Amino acid sequence: MELIGQGLLEAVRLLLAGDREVWSVTWLSLRISATATLLALACGIPLGTALALSRFTGRGFLISLVNTGMGLPPVVVGLFVTIVLWRSGVLGFLELLYTPTAMVLAQLVIAAPIVIGLTLAAIQQIPDKFRLQLLALGASRPQMVWTLLKEARLPMLAAVMAGFGAVISEVGASLMVGGNIKGSTRVLTTATVLETSKGNFDVAIALSLILLVLMFLVNWALTWIQQRRVA
Amino acid sequence: MLLRLLLVALCFVGLTAPARAQSTNVILSTTTSTQDSGLLDVLVPMFEKKTGLSVKTVSVGTGQALALAARGEADVALVHAPSLERKYVEDGKMQHRRLVMYNDFIIIGPEDDPARIKGMPRAVDALKRIAETQSRFVSRGDKSGTHLLELGLWKQAGIEPKGAWYIESGQGMGQTLGIANDRRAYTITDRGTWLAFQKRVSLPILVEKDKPLLNIYSVMEVNPANGPRVNVAGGKAFADFMVAPETQAVIKVFGVDKFGQALFVPIAGKTDADFP
Repeated sequence: MELIGQGLLEAVRLLLAGDREVWSVTWLSLRISATATLLALACGIPLGTALALSRFTGRGFLISLVNTGMGLPPVVVGLFVTIVLWRSGVLGFLELLYTPTAMVLAQLVIAAPIVIGLTLAAIQQIPDKFRLQLLALGASRPQMVWTLLKEARLPMLAAVMAGFGAVISEVGASLMVGGNIKGSTRVLTTATVLETSKGNFDVAIALSLILLVLMFLVNWALTWIQQRRVA
Repeated sequence: MLLRLLLVALCFVGLTAPARAQSTNVILSTTTSTQDSGLLDVLVPMFEKKTGLSVKTVSVGTGQALALAARGEADVALVHAPSLERKYVEDGKMQHRRLVMYNDFIIIGPEDDPARIKGMPRAVDALKRIAETQSRFVSRGDKSGTHLLELGLWKQAGIEPKGAWYIESGQGMGQTLGIANDRRAYTITDRGTWLAFQKRVSLPILVEKDKPLLNIYSVMEVNPANGPRVNVAGGKAFADFMVAPETQAVIKVFGVDKFGQALFVPIAGKTDADFP
């Protein structure tokens, strides 16, 4: 217990002292995970919407795949992305391994199914009648989709939170594809693992607390956006 | 609202897409002990400043470090498992092996020493006693240099360690020390990590200074035939840097300020024959 207290003090000290390394690690975590989440939204929302509104054979199977993907183990994603990015791998010529871009890529693979799955659920919970009514009132198909998305914005923001929460707290894939390189690919989670293995438990606890506070702030902002119009 | 969010998203993507990596990258595959000790945090910036190259350090167990290098996924390797290294050199996967530095391994264990090994001159005999008395022993179990050394000692002792007393952690040295400490077990560790863990680990040194406990690090360049994109010049530059007199001078005093003693002894220019 005493150790956690020490960690708390260390966290406050590191932040107040403006420890450059801690700030840059925090900023990098935020940047990588935010980019991955936004990319996941950019491809996940259209795919999820398409999947919700279309009917074809094998749709149930595809949705099962997406639902499984929502729980993809980060280490598995890390392993496969690493192999693809190896110099001998398919995308080896890009020399992306051990860069922040590689981490964004791995986190995108983790977040995309979450966004697709939650978008699908958000659109599907809107009654079918509403959609038919829109079409009957003369809405074009893009107009109809746009209105549905607007209608589903509350659960969609939940998708943003779930996706972001999954990638910023993930460590397995970041460690593998990023390599935990100081000043380049070291993020809050991988730095926590390293400090623990070095025996610097107070610093490790401090980094964990910073991660928790960061996650809280982001979710707080998103919740504020989500609940604003409800109140 | 969502539209605005997406716009912000696009800006973000544009801003954060990092510049494409150039061939000024050198990938160093090395072991956790060089990273955890903090030595690379000192040497790598020195090298980068001197050469303008940028080093990507991948610190894993020695087994994995060499396996990656053999696939051409790295340009240079800094590892500590002489017998395994020689095998990679013989197979032509690695080349130009040069000794860099050494430190030593120690056998630590609980204060009350149930196997009565304290002060034994030979590590092999100590392990035999631990096995005979079925005293708890934590092994790295991860094909790291430390694990390979431990396996070599068991082999010499003619024992195949097995049973409830033999715990395989499968983790790095730091975590393994933590487990040994909690379970009041024996383990083999490099002196540097043990010194770094004085605050959290209360197991004393029981056996030390036996010749087989020497922990020799060497640097090797990757054979360009291993893969299409090996940075030969960069790898050689780093290997040369590790044995250069300036670097060796830094290694010689590294750790004195923090632990009161140096963690490594520089030995550039020496060969295996000097350490029979």
